[in-house]
Amino acid sequence: MSDKLFQTFCWLCALWIPAVLLVILFRLVGSSAEAWNTFGWKFLISCEWNPVEGKFGAIPAILGTLLTTGMAIFLAVPLGFLTAFFLSDVPPWLGKPLSHALDLLAAIPSVIYGMWGLFVLAPIMQKYVQPWMLDSLGLRYLPFVGKDGNGFGFFTAGVVLTLMILPYISAIMRDVFSMTPTLLREAAFGIGCTRWEAAWDITVRYGLRGLLGGIFIGLGRALGETMAVLFIIGNVIRVPSGIFDSGTTIAATLANHFAEADGLMRSVLFALGLILLVLAFGVQVLAWYYLQATKKQRGEA
Amino acid sequence: MSRTGIGLVLGLVVLAGCFSNDWEVSEKGDAVVLNGAGATFPSPVYSVWAFHFTESTERQVQVNYQGVGSGAGVNQLKEGTIDFAGSDSPLQADELEKDGLTQFPMLAGGVVVVLNVPGMTDGACRLPADVLADIFLGKITKWNDPRIVAANPDGKLPDLDITVVYRADSSGTSFLFTHYLTQVSPPWAEKVGAGAAVRFPVGIGGQKNPGVCNNVAKISGAISYTEYSYALETGLACASLQNAAGKFVAPSVASFTEALKNADWEKAPGFYMILTNAAGENSYPITGITYLLYRKNLDETKKSALWRYLDWCFTGGKFKARELHYVPIPEEVVEKIQEIHP
Repeated sequence: MSDKLFQTFCWLCALWIPAVLLVILFRLVGSSAEAWNTFGWKFLISCEWNPVEGKFGAIPAILGTLLTTGMAIFLAVPLGFLTAFFLSDVPPWLGKPLSHALDLLAAIPSVIYGMWGLFVLAPIMQKYVQPWMLDSLGLRYLPFVGKDGNGFGFFTAGVVLTLMILPYISAIMRDVFSMTPTLLREAAFGIGCTRWEAAWDITVRYGLRGLLGGIFIGLGRALGETMAVLFIIGNVIRVPSGIFDSGTTIAATLANHFAEADGLMRSVLFALGLILLVLAFGVQVLAWYYLQATKKQRGEA
Repeated sequence: MSRTGIGLVLGLVVLAGCFSNDWEVSEKGDAVVLNGAGATFPSPVYSVWAFHFTESTERQVQVNYQGVGSGAGVNQLKEGTIDFAGSDSPLQADELEKDGLTQFPMLAGGVVVVLNVPGMTDGACRLPADVLADIFLGKITKWNDPRIVAANPDGKLPDLDITVVYRADSSGTSFLFTHYLTQVSPPWAEKVGAGAAVRFPVGIGGQKNPGVCNNVAKISGAISYTEYSYALETGLACASLQNAAGKFVAPSVASFTEALKNADWEKAPGFYMILTNAAGENSYPITGITYLLYRKNLDETKKSALWRYLDWCFTGGKFKARELHYVPIPEEVVEKIQEIHP
């Protein structure tokens, strides 16, 4: 009897996940119908955003989201990997407190990161970092950087996002590293591997699934992050020409305009929400596909 | 294990305590709860009002208000999840009719042009309507442009670039400001237009009123627009603007009230009124009204409680509003609102 009850309960709990996802999906599709009817698939490739004339396009927000997320992953994955590698290999008197600090970092609310970005990081970027990168490094001659920086924009947002997802990525990677059987690693050392070779060829191969999982948790957070980005992205709905430009992301556009939107604009915002969901889903599918495709190579199957 | 058990029991007791408190209140005096939501602009006043009114009725009527934004508030009202809504932009009479809503003004305020120019004190800079529009269109780019100098013969205007700052999020403040520019400047009307969110041709965005003020304070040569109370709080210099009579008026509670008094309320069904570029020699040209809406089919107990609250707001509450630098509705207009009192 109690077994039966437990089984039903477990089923209900498990069914919650697809049920909630489906309800959200239906709601997004239903509420964004007006936007899709008005603009069709051209909504996905239009760069225009003029609420007064009722012309909307998703490209500025999509590009902004991909740009900030891409920057954050590009910076956070190597940093997170090395942090995790260090944490799993140092003596406990150092590793334990550092690990706790890492877990604490993950618990800081995003709005704190946003305010820190606005009041501390953005002025530093404006006064020191951006002039140095533009003039001393001569980056202004590169096409995708931009000619000047006012502290706000994709670059600053990307840096803040990096700091936000770093704890997630490295905490999961640390756990994955510690799951590698000691026997395998000792064998690697035994045949003369360096620490780097043991990490790269043994631990990474063994825990690739887990490592990717960590990266995707970070990626998901970066894709949907709203408050922290909102403060420092500059909030200009325009196609970016460089990483020092001000811009917007899908989540920031939603947060900026949702409260006062009605009619077509409200529908457009729902459509943007749907795009964000599809983007996140697409990333998951790609990751799964990658794992399937490399199964043999990694000797898993 | 036993520790967890004790914790659990304690938690339940505390929870039960919370609930039982709530019950007591409602059992004692049949408390009527009025839930409202909407515009963020009046929400500082609405929360002070709600608190003091609820206290004054000994918790018989409890008023709650959430500042979620005008659009969201009106949508929630139409869906029937709240009892009243606050909105910074009035609904047209036919839309009120269609959804069975009643609407009237509650408070007024002004949108002021703030600037950060060395040597320019509060109210000293005079900006004619067409010059203001051309600054925001990006046609005038220097503070010592001949057209600004011509309007300010006494002031010393520096050779400084103008940085335009605008509200990045949708807001009633942006609507009022762009509505004024649309009325006074044909090029603005043609290129940009009026709306809660518009495509500004030049400038950088600021996040809500505090973000806008922060940007203006930080950038020398910046100009933007914000609500009066935020300009007072941050101590930024305001510009004097040209009204419909051609006079330059500095923003003040008196000049906002003047605009309200000079409005022709007789010809405004459902109190639909946008007070930009209002008539009258001393009227401030970008005065805005925030409205309260409720459903006509609200049940009678709630309706009478709501009017008890409103009567209190218009009489005792107005002093509280003034303390917070908001403009209460002048008595002439309150009399007209009382006419729809059921």
